[in-house]
Amino acid sequence: MTYVVKPKFHHPELPKNSLGYTRRDYEGKISTLCAGCGHDSITASIIEACFELSIEPHRVAKISGIGCSSKTPDYFLGNSHGFNSVHGRMPSVLTGANLANRGLIYLGVSGDGDSASIGLGQFAHCMRRGVNMVYIVENNGVYGLTKGQFSATADRGSKSKRGVTNTDSAIDMVGLALQLGASFVARSFSGDKKQLTPIIKAAIEHQGAAFIDVISPCVAFNNHAGSTKSYDYVREHNDAVNFLDFISGRAPIHVDYEPGTVEYVEQHDGTTLALRKLNAEYDVHDRLAAMNFIQHHASQGQIVTGLLYVENDASDLHGHLNTVETPLNTLAEKDLCPGTAALDKINASLR
Amino acid sequence: MPAQSPISSVNDFVVRFANVNGSGSASANELFARSILRMGVPVSPRNIFPSNIQGLPTWYEVRISEAGHLGARGGIDMMVAMNPQTWDKDVASIEPGGYLLYDSTKPMPKSKFRYDITVIGVPLTAITNSTYTDPRQRQLFKNIIYLGALSALLDIDPKVIEQLIGEQYQGKEKLLSSNVHALHLGRDYALQNLKCPIGLRVQKSDKVGDRIFIEGNAAAALGAVYGGATVCAWYPITPSSSLADAFTSHCRRLRHDPETKKAKYAIVQGEDELASIGIVIGAGWNGARAFTATSGPGISLMQEFIGLSYFAEIPAVIMDVQRAGPSTGMPTRTQQCDIISTAYASHGDTKHILLFPEDPAEAFEMAAQAFDLADRLQTTIFLMLDLDIGMNHRLCRPLKWDDAKQYDRGKVMTAAALEAGADFGRYLDVDGDGIAYRTYPGTHPTKGSFFTRGTSRDRYARYTEEGPAYQDNMQRLLRKFETAKDLVPRPLQANAGKPTKYGVIYFGSTSPAMDEAIELLEGRGHQLDRLRLRAFPFHSSVPSFIAEHDFVYVVEQNRDSQLRSLIVNELSIDPVRLVPIVHYDGTPITARFIARAIGDHLDALKITPLRKVVS
Repeated sequence: MTYVVKPKFHHPELPKNSLGYTRRDYEGKISTLCAGCGHDSITASIIEACFELSIEPHRVAKISGIGCSSKTPDYFLGNSHGFNSVHGRMPSVLTGANLANRGLIYLGVSGDGDSASIGLGQFAHCMRRGVNMVYIVENNGVYGLTKGQFSATADRGSKSKRGVTNTDSAIDMVGLALQLGASFVARSFSGDKKQLTPIIKAAIEHQGAAFIDVISPCVAFNNHAGSTKSYDYVREHNDAVNFLDFISGRAPIHVDYEPGTVEYVEQHDGTTLALRKLNAEYDVHDRLAAMNFIQHHASQGQIVTGLLYVENDASDLHGHLNTVETPLNTLAEKDLCPGTAALDKINASLR
Repeated sequence: MPAQSPISSVNDFVVRFANVNGSGSASANELFARSILRMGVPVSPRNIFPSNIQGLPTWYEVRISEAGHLGARGGIDMMVAMNPQTWDKDVASIEPGGYLLYDSTKPMPKSKFRYDITVIGVPLTAITNSTYTDPRQRQLFKNIIYLGALSALLDIDPKVIEQLIGEQYQGKEKLLSSNVHALHLGRDYALQNLKCPIGLRVQKSDKVGDRIFIEGNAAAALGAVYGGATVCAWYPITPSSSLADAFTSHCRRLRHDPETKKAKYAIVQGEDELASIGIVIGAGWNGARAFTATSGPGISLMQEFIGLSYFAEIPAVIMDVQRAGPSTGMPTRTQQCDIISTAYASHGDTKHILLFPEDPAEAFEMAAQAFDLADRLQTTIFLMLDLDIGMNHRLCRPLKWDDAKQYDRGKVMTAAALEAGADFGRYLDVDGDGIAYRTYPGTHPTKGSFFTRGTSRDRYARYTEEGPAYQDNMQRLLRKFETAKDLVPRPLQANAGKPTKYGVIYFGSTSPAMDEAIELLEGRGHQLDRLRLRAFPFHSSVPSFIAEHDFVYVVEQNRDSQLRSLIVNELSIDPVRLVPIVHYDGTPITARFIARAIGDHLDALKITPLRKVVS
């Protein structure tokens, strides 16, 4: 849906990352979403995270379902393969892609309609399996492309733009991800890039099922008074429990924090997360306490954000299946075909 | 005395076992079939089982045929009636002059028998109860005891059965000797108390040769191993679950790195059929050979993804082990009823590639070939099995492989080609065969990436809803389908001994019954040329075959003659020229059925009407 071609020229002095790429190398086509859409801010955070991590742009596979959010993979990482699959089925497509080649980074982008309604089953099962991925739900509580119907994450009692009150209970994706066994769970707000970008970086480095619920207001259909997913409402009710500084293995660790307010979290791949605690009692390693804390605050109308849970020694589906390190899509005849000698033996055993 | 003289036949009869499922009869019955096979006489066993684990009726039918007829015959010469629930029906189904073997421990009223059959009583329960105290042992050994009695009655070499038991319980001496003991309990009883052998006898022969005895599902799964499948995602559904199970066990034996012990495959039991096909398509998109195994209801659920595979051009293999539909239908009964739902699967204009194996040997070959075709044609390939082939042991030629064979990975543009400046358009038909080059994700830092989508796009994978670009793409997909006609397995033609105006088209599991029916029809004086279809799209020899005959019978196992519809639709054949012969009660089609249906139709043609019909 891109009718405007994005200009390719850029300032020669743009900063470069350790691989020599500029931020422009991580961009995609011009967004066709509405001006002010929260999803575009998430796109910007993804670009920033990949640039800062010096990821080779083509080593990411972007997979999405159907909906406004699922269109966004066209707007970042233009040198990566993207797959705009079927409504609600991104998790299975991503799982298959991941099985075929464990050497790429898998970025699943979905929305609340895509993941909480039609795709709730697939969302649940890819979390259970521990697929090594970053799963972002761009959550606006509304069906944007079909003009403003409630989604399953819309809070009970919230009002649609047309003034209808939602009577159904909301599905909390973060609560589900925690219960289902995701090994990295976070929530953020598209309006808070400073919080979101380091979370995306940490999720990319995490070797397991990483889930990020990003509240992302829909300016066209869900940004009015009475909505609980509007910019104003989320800003007023945002209860951030921590703030991440992502530290890669190579960079020196900053030590300018107040003693006792920072926790260093070693990740499996050698990177470190410096977790600045905004709530001293919140423990990111306690799954049950996290569920309790989030539910308790939700009942008081608060939206808990930040890194909510991380498992240091996470395992993933390849680990569970004990697959070879070599990507399966590169194995050839000598690895895959047992040949005639084995077949002769099989034939002999069948007589 | 039976009113009808007892059937007398050597190496040509049908024995049916009526059991209760969950009673452990399956392994004894299979021993029966295998022992005859070891005596060099071809057998074709068939399981007739309920969608249930314990307590419902189940049957095991063994056709013994020195002539090598492996299709179901119809009619039962000997009934081993071990299930009181189905007694009346079982006794009624015996051919006049046939035999009934039953447990005579408790006296039965005469009204429960027939006068035109030979009734053979063995006090099985009395024998087991006097020998064993453990109820489970009583149950299991009762089956071996009737096998022992049968060996005497039918003149089966007990040494052969003992050898098979020895192979089965190798290293488990206690089980081995107790099974052999039970076998002789039954055999000795029969030898001492009954007239042995009866009119039905097995005699050593040499008609089995080097053929193997394997289930189609196991063979197809092995074909997937040989064909290089690395990803399998599936959801349990009868009658396809044993295919995924077999793939798992084949991979455990054949696909682990000898040093690291790591798996060179990934098998995921999906949460449903949607996830299974989604995983397959994700893996295919990313360059792995992937498949799922399912049945009709699964095909219904997968429709949307199959359309994506067609339109976005992603390789996938679906092994459809067909069962009787519609809806849940008859889950444990066979049919060929998914022809239309696969050929035109999904909304919009689609056409898909179907392969029709006739037996396990072909299931193995076509399963392996399906992965080459999927990569070459960048679309879904359906391997159309059915319950009759998939879940029954079938005698077939040994599986063959050529070690020099290289997988055809299709048109994949490499990093080197991109670096050399090749013009890459994901949907650009550079060779005129309708097949465009693709790149695997992660190939090159700045070249060759594209966005895969189910929405319309131009030749360079850019989104568009422009009519001409859409039509250009849809026409290319048709060209690709044309290309497929010469890549898929060709039909096999066998002509009658004498020139004839009539032909017959058939496919898949109908094959052995069809071959036999041709002989029966020749006996009635009818000559037929036959064409066995092995794939859709149809090769150019199909319309030629139809054109060469006045009319052609199309034999298939569904109500609506789906293959015939497909032929009429795709080849613009006048429907009058294709006579439907359909068998769809859920049992495998028989030679007797085909010969009667075609024979009666041909006989009717010979009658000259006295007057022309005025309409």
